[in-house]
Amino acid sequence: MSTPKRIAGCLSMLTVASAALAQAPQFGQPIAPADIAPWDISIGPDGVGLPPGRGTAIEGEAIYVAYCQACHGEKGIGPSNALAGALVGGIGTLAPDKIPVKTVGSFWPYATTLFDYIRRAMPFQESKSLTADELYAVSAYILHLNGIIGATDVLDAHSLPNVRMPNQDGFIPFPRNPK
Amino acid sequence: MIRKINRDPVEPAAGNGILSRRIFLEGTLAVGATGTGLSCASAEPLAVQPWMKTPGSGFVGYGQPSPFESKVVKAFLPSPATPGVGASRTPLHLLEGMITPSGLHFERSHSGIPDIDPDQHRLVIHGLVKRPLVFTVEALSRYPMQSRIAFIECGGNSQVLNAPQAQPLNATAIHGLVGCSEWTGVPVSTLLDEAGVEPAARWVIAEGADAAAMSRSIPIAKAMDDALVCFYQNGERVRPSNGYPVRLLLPGFEGNMNVKWLRRLKLTAGPAMSKDETSKYTILLKDEKAWQFVFPMEVKSFIARPSPGLALRGPGFYEISGLAWSGNGSIRQVEVSADGGQSWAPAALQGPILPKAPVRFRAAWQWNGGPAVLQSRATDDTGMVQPTRAQFAAERGLRGVYHYNAIASWRIDEMGEVNNVYA
Ligand code: HEC
Repeated sequence: MSTPKRIAGCLSMLTVASAALAQAPQFGQPIAPADIAPWDISIGPDGVGLPPGRGTAIEGEAIYVAYCQACHGEKGIGPSNALAGALVGGIGTLAPDKIPVKTVGSFWPYATTLFDYIRRAMPFQESKSLTADELYAVSAYILHLNGIIGATDVLDAHSLPNVRMPNQDGFIPFPRNPK
Repeated sequence: MIRKINRDPVEPAAGNGILSRRIFLEGTLAVGATGTGLSCASAEPLAVQPWMKTPGSGFVGYGQPSPFESKVVKAFLPSPATPGVGASRTPLHLLEGMITPSGLHFERSHSGIPDIDPDQHRLVIHGLVKRPLVFTVEALSRYPMQSRIAFIECGGNSQVLNAPQAQPLNATAIHGLVGCSEWTGVPVSTLLDEAGVEPAARWVIAEGADAAAMSRSIPIAKAMDDALVCFYQNGERVRPSNGYPVRLLLPGFEGNMNVKWLRRLKLTAGPAMSKDETSKYTILLKDEKAWQFVFPMEVKSFIARPSPGLALRGPGFYEISGLAWSGNGSIRQVEVSADGGQSWAPAALQGPILPKAPVRFRAAWQWNGGPAVLQSRATDDTGMVQPTRAQFAAERGLRGVYHYNAIASWRIDEMGEVNNVYA
């Protein structure tokens, strides 16, 4: 840095101080959105983030039987693994004084969550292994078992966010969150 | 500070033997006129023990508890087909103080504990930011750090107390999904400022690097307020079971949002509606509606000692010891009762009393050998008082599973056995 000598002492202190103020530590490395893409697996309830691909319940049945049924039970009912839970049924059980059976069909507000969750976490032993077509198809199968879509309805990035879930309006904000 | 012992008698402060907390404030030990020790028989003559006659063992790299303490371990049910799903519990009935030893801190994981090489780990910040950024763990550790002592409580803690009948469980099985550490790391706000938050950003979706890629949406205000990206837990690097190499700490917010193995923060206009903020961690009320995005763990307390499995050994003096905490602030008062809530007396609070950290409370109790129901009731500095089970149920019913914080009760029978009851 070239500072006139006679005021060097005073000025260099100032320079150090203002440099310290101006430059908070910055150790993050810039990264291009395209390079983040392999990690960006979030899917919004509006469908943002859904990949290209398609599938129907008819195609999804075989995937479910091969990769999901062992834990979640035949047709999504009666799971062998209690922690895995049923994926089907329970519609109507949220009514007052009933014992709630909360499943994808009875409780989940958004169909996009099903695709997002299966893609990131299932099948349990080998998560992130299904193709986009397989994910659409197995999601369609679970929605169909719950009576929400037809056996031949095509799920894709356009139709999935438009699936209306029975309990979509079932959620209200907690009144005591901090502002 | 060590308080001097004063042997003046202590007056009763509430029914069924609860004594004034003066016993702690002033260190009084004698109990009324009827103060009782365990036995009046003379003790055995003292023997010189073998460990005083030969040198002890040498040094080890990482210290372990005494082998005589081998029963002080986390409690969990094995899940053979899907190990690592579920929870292990802090052995609260066997611990003291406010800090949880790191190896005994409860865990909740959704697809096991990943074995993460810190050199390969990355944290990415993207979405509605001016400059998407990626951080190595080494880069993160160069920022100025902060420490704070904070509890983390699983949203599902104490959920068994929703059951219609009180279950025969101990304090650990019921309340053990809570722990407290000194957490050290970098404020999330520092990192978000560096990335440059776009005005449209309202939420931060946090995601873990576990096989479930566990994901939760956090309001941006919380991320900018007191959220930390933590590397250290009680002075050493965060344990794998608690999020090594880096985890999120959201002081006071439900445990599940404190995402472990943090790999990604995506800023968005709306929440992700992830599985763990729709299917799970929502509270089904008495009607068909469910509360969603229930953030603070509200004011709560429980008695760790006496408690089931720690039977009383005859009438006489007992210390009642427990923990109280609030996700909304600091604990202002804890009261205890020995008659099922008919009468209450304030407990002594063991400092430091910190916001969003548990406080150890103590009360003195003279058990007369008759039936008793012990309860504790906490109040925080927002004025919120821990509800009775009936008040809790009147507001939200008992189908909500999560965020159970009502007053808990231990019944003591004439034999000194302690049991979980509803009272
Ligand atoms: C090895 C057993 C296993 C297999 C196989 C498996 N799952 Fe799962 N599943 C689980 C477990 C365990 C959970 C609970 C995870 C947790 O605690 O977060 C779960 C949770 C789910 C959930 C969330 C349920 C809810 O109501 O919150 C869905 C949906 C799901 N699995 C779908 C699938 C699909 C689709 C497949 C096949 C592609 C599959 N699973 C295969 C064990 C399994």
